[in-house]
Amino acid sequence: MNCEECTGFLHDYLAGELPDKQQRIFEGHLSLCPQCVVYLESYRKTLALGALVAEEPAEPIPEALVHAILAARTV
Amino acid sequence: MFQAAGELWYGLRVAEHEGAYPDYGETALVARLQASDHSAFSELVRAQGPRMLAVARRLLRSDDDAADAVQEAFISAFRAIGNFEGGARLSTWLHRIVVNAALMRLRSRARRPEMSIDDLLPRFVEDGQYLDEPREWRSPEPLGALERRETREMVRGLIDRLPTDYRTVLLLRDIEGLDTKETAELLGVTPNAAKIRLHRARLALRGLLDPHMRERGAP
Repeated sequence: MNCEECTGFLHDYLAGELPDKQQRIFEGHLSLCPQCVVYLESYRKTLALGALVAEEPAEPIPEALVHAILAARTV
Repeated sequence: MFQAAGELWYGLRVAEHEGAYPDYGETALVARLQASDHSAFSELVRAQGPRMLAVARRLLRSDDDAADAVQEAFISAFRAIGNFEGGARLSTWLHRIVVNAALMRLRSRARRPEMSIDDLLPRFVEDGQYLDEPREWRSPEPLGALERRETREMVRGLIDRLPTDYRTVLLLRDIEGLDTKETAELLGVTPNAAKIRLHRARLALRGLLDPHMRERGAP
């Protein structure tokens, strides 16, 4: 396995979906390749940073939109 | 408009399969909605509208389009409330409906010029080694409230730069928390295609984050 192939396995590896044989090959590459370890860690941090966006506070819904929605229901 | 029966019933099918049990307050609210109690509709819009608007804004990147999508979603939900059987929470049901309404609006909208995903993916030399050596990132945790907000806004801005197909799958899976099967159904692709697209979206976002996240002092 080379680094390009290794990056192709990151999704399945982190999802725990790699078949045993591929997982052994993947982890064997990681044990020899510090660059892929760094890359994997940054991929993992990308997911953690993305999760921050889900924490965005919801702003109140504009009153005009509330009225429009309720008015549309009665049409 | 979000009126096609097939799309509308998607939300109901999800509700039936989720198995979450609504609390008694919600059961009472559903009963009032099904009895066409006007004040119950008002309560529902005020309680669930803010989250639904936030979801639509993330997907559509336009306040006006997001407001339209939320309105369409509520109208569809009101029409379907008689069939809501309480297999899922109302909030989960409405979330699916507004995601669907936003996606339909997104599909009907003219595409803006956007970057090619290939320009955002890692590059390799012929033997599969990295062309640009990966650098260590600083830890995103722990963050104080201000830094957390700034980082969140930065990440949100970078997600918005992804090509639409990739931005959408990343939002659905990693931000809105839908699973692969649901995401694939909403996007009209196979689960495997959704997984591949998500992986490429994450690689692209990683590439956009890289200059912001390298350890201070790293080139």
